[in-house]
Amino acid sequence: MIDNWPILSIITFMPLAGVLFLLIIRGDDDTLARNARNVALWVSAFTFLVSLVILIGFDSGASGYQFEEQRVWLGDTGISYHMGVDGISMPFVLLSTFLTPLAILASWQSITSHVREYMIAFLVLETMMIGMFVSLDMLMFYLFFEAVLIPMFLIIGVWGGPRRVYAAFKFFLYTLLGSVLMLVCVLAMYVDAGTTNIPQLMSHEFARGMQTWLFLGFFASFAVKVPMWPVHTWLPDAHVEAPTAGSMILAGVLLKMGGYGFLRFSLPMFPFASEFFAPMVFVLSVVAVIYTSLVALAQSDMKKMIAYSSVAHMGFVTIGIFSMNEQGIAGAMFQMISHGLVSAALFFCVGVVYDRLHTREISAYGGVTAVMPRYAVFFMFMMLASVGLPGTSGFVGEMLVLVGAWQANTWLALFAATGLVLGATYMLWLYRRVMFGQVVSAEVQSMERMQMREYGIFVPLTILVLFFGVYPMALLDVMDVSIQIILDDLTVSGVALLAAR
Amino acid sequence: MGFELAEILPALPEIILSVVALVLVLVAAYGGDGAANARRVAHLTLAGIVLAALALLSMSSEQSTAFGGMFRGDAFADYMKLLVLMGSFAAVFMSVTPLEHDDINKPEFSLLVLLALVGMMLMISANDLMSLYMAVELQSLPLYVVAAMRTNSLRSSEAGLKYFLLGALSSGMLLYGASLVYGFAGTTSFAGIAAAVAETDLPAGFIIGMVFMITGIAFKVSAAPFHMWTPDVYEGSPSPVTALFAIAPKVAAIALMLRLTYGAFGSIALEWSQVIMALSVASMVVGALGAIMQSDIKRMMAYSSIAHMGYALAGLAAGTHEGAFGVMIYMTSYVFMGAGTFAIILLMRRDGQSTTRITDLRGLSKTQPLFALGLMVMMFSMAGIPPLAGFFGKWYVFLAAVNAGLVPLAVIGVVMSVVGAFYYLRIIKIMYFEDSEAPLDQDVPLANKLVLGVSMAVILLFFAGLNSVIDAANTATIALMAPF
Repeated sequence: MIDNWPILSIITFMPLAGVLFLLIIRGDDDTLARNARNVALWVSAFTFLVSLVILIGFDSGASGYQFEEQRVWLGDTGISYHMGVDGISMPFVLLSTFLTPLAILASWQSITSHVREYMIAFLVLETMMIGMFVSLDMLMFYLFFEAVLIPMFLIIGVWGGPRRVYAAFKFFLYTLLGSVLMLVCVLAMYVDAGTTNIPQLMSHEFARGMQTWLFLGFFASFAVKVPMWPVHTWLPDAHVEAPTAGSMILAGVLLKMGGYGFLRFSLPMFPFASEFFAPMVFVLSVVAVIYTSLVALAQSDMKKMIAYSSVAHMGFVTIGIFSMNEQGIAGAMFQMISHGLVSAALFFCVGVVYDRLHTREISAYGGVTAVMPRYAVFFMFMMLASVGLPGTSGFVGEMLVLVGAWQANTWLALFAATGLVLGATYMLWLYRRVMFGQVVSAEVQSMERMQMREYGIFVPLTILVLFFGVYPMALLDVMDVSIQIILDDLTVSGVALLAAR
Repeated sequence: MGFELAEILPALPEIILSVVALVLVLVAAYGGDGAANARRVAHLTLAGIVLAALALLSMSSEQSTAFGGMFRGDAFADYMKLLVLMGSFAAVFMSVTPLEHDDINKPEFSLLVLLALVGMMLMISANDLMSLYMAVELQSLPLYVVAAMRTNSLRSSEAGLKYFLLGALSSGMLLYGASLVYGFAGTTSFAGIAAAVAETDLPAGFIIGMVFMITGIAFKVSAAPFHMWTPDVYEGSPSPVTALFAIAPKVAAIALMLRLTYGAFGSIALEWSQVIMALSVASMVVGALGAIMQSDIKRMMAYSSIAHMGYALAGLAAGTHEGAFGVMIYMTSYVFMGAGTFAIILLMRRDGQSTTRITDLRGLSKTQPLFALGLMVMMFSMAGIPPLAGFFGKWYVFLAAVNAGLVPLAVIGVVMSVVGAFYYLRIIKIMYFEDSEAPLDQDVPLANKLVLGVSMAVILLFFAGLNSVIDAANTATIALMAPF
């Protein structure tokens, strides 16, 4: 019976039902805030539970899309309401539904003004994220992809830090500029193929010259999202100014939209152009990995440092994707999921101490281990996962990417590995300065112990990071078939490419 | 020559509006002075508009002509007239209270709007150079007067005078172009011109005449570089008048542009599409860059409307079925965005005085959260952010442009839309990210609430009803392109 349910539509739009509910509740400010928090938490938690249905029902051996839904939307214009998941998108859907309740929990006390509006923004954001990952129609994908900007702009701009206006504008306009260039390409593809149905577009052969332009248009959008050097500069600003939960979602899910886009559009639809531009992507990624790691070393703001480390980690993702072999792409996927969990946790780590001391300056901290020993354990675990310690999910992703990169180009692997060393350097150094040594001030000494709520966020994240670290096949199995399909496509066009040479 | 009722029946909505206007002249003259009479005339005007809309909807939308072929009724005319009627209804509906506040509540206002409305409807149905010119003048003259309605204000008088002078210039160009076209085609009817165009080599004089005509209408559309009057007139006119200017006449002028280009000059799309393309690019650039520096919201909306006309013309520049179709979808979203935005601009009063500085919106999200939300939706829609209505307008005009091979035009358009997003976001920033000094007046007329509510619902749910809009616009486009 459950097979006939439009399960993806339900998951996508369930948060909106919560929004409607939030719009009608009334009461004085305190009651309203309390109710808004509870409604948002329960709605998003329930959405997560329902999304487990996909996980349970997902057949990792099947090729093609599952839980597919297709309805008439715009008559016979080739544009329809079309949803479905495969091994590439399914993990992202779960990542989104998993992180949203945690993010809402993370803002339980730190957000005190306009709580209802804040929760509405988060639930709308969740709908847009899920919708984007499950869309199998390019116009629908674009709608969700760009609509994400609206709630995120408000979250940064209304509830952000002192330079929030600058950061929100930069985030919005940067991303929009990339997106509209993609829009022109979407239009050109629609004109060429007569449909926006993604599976049909994948089998459509675009002319080679056209592929080049289309690739560049999509690249403009996805490279900003990932973000790749040199269009990454919006990210540190956005992260520093966004509230903790905003950073968690931004790093946890929104950055993955770029990588997902490369796997969903660029590789399968423009295989020729992807091969052609792969060296360029490699160069940009290597610069990102090394340069932003060095920049991270120089930061005095914890959040900014973690933001730069995100750019470096996402550099691994793009290397993996464009090495175009099984290990590379699987590694990139793994790295994205792992980074989604670890970076969300790291931003929350910053949030925990920021809530107590109201500063993110590294120099204001020291000796936190003595005051908050349990927090120190979680922070250390996540820090090591970010560095890529074996046994954590971070290791698997980076390892696979390096193997993939080695096959594509040994120099590439060498440079990428340099980034790993630098990554370990700045993270360990950050940890030493913040956590070890003497307790630097009375304020640090008087920091409260962790609350139950904070354990509630750390524990699930820790479990998952550990689980994927020791049993990576759980994730790799799911993606395997879909990755194979992308690679088969690429091989066909690769043979053609060689013939053309 | 016998009189046949069927001969004028297609113009029934226009006839209804004219009769109502004539009756209202008497009501205005003998109904006594003061606010009560002005209110009465306004309400009767609204009733007249509703009546005309009902007549429009109840008539068949098959192709028909009236007044000896001067007037053309078809699905295209019905579609655009409905938009114009909705826009004018919203403007008059929202004008009643503010005009009373500003003590310029003369019954003449609604009356003149009604006459201008007849002109706009006739523009949409124009099928002959004579009726085209007459309709344009009938639309323009009352609007010159209402722009100068606030007789004790220098700026309002200035706006009226400027509008009149430049309007007269554009009429002169239109007339000169029409005379050249007539001279070379030997007829004033669009059908005759289309036939003449199709069969002979075009003399240069004909092309010059065509360009002059397009220029004349470009003035009315306020496409750059013929946009100079727009910011001053928007700013100087009383706000309810600006609300009117911003919506209905633009739709009518774009419709006239479509009629002329697709109807009379349909077979030489290559010749005029370059002109339109230049107008489109100039408008998108001028509109986007000009709005950035504005501190007055009405001036900003003027530049914004210039940019919007640029986008609409980008569809027209394609010169294809898809192009006209895209323009229609764009104008549909434009009417609702404009009505919703002006519903809030008209609310901007402090201590009873209307204010138009953008900074007056500071902290609106705290004092009047629902209106702030409404304006935010309008701004995001104007910036073309999906899934709001404005995005679909842009989607279809740029689809037409890309389809016609005008990719550079589409790229310029989308890049300019990012520049445009900056000043729309600025409004949102001021409402949401900044705190207010002194809140705006809290009493809100029902009219604004209704107009805003309806506009918001349409903008937010546009994607859901898009299929029926597409069907209607498609039928209208086929009617537009049908031979005579």
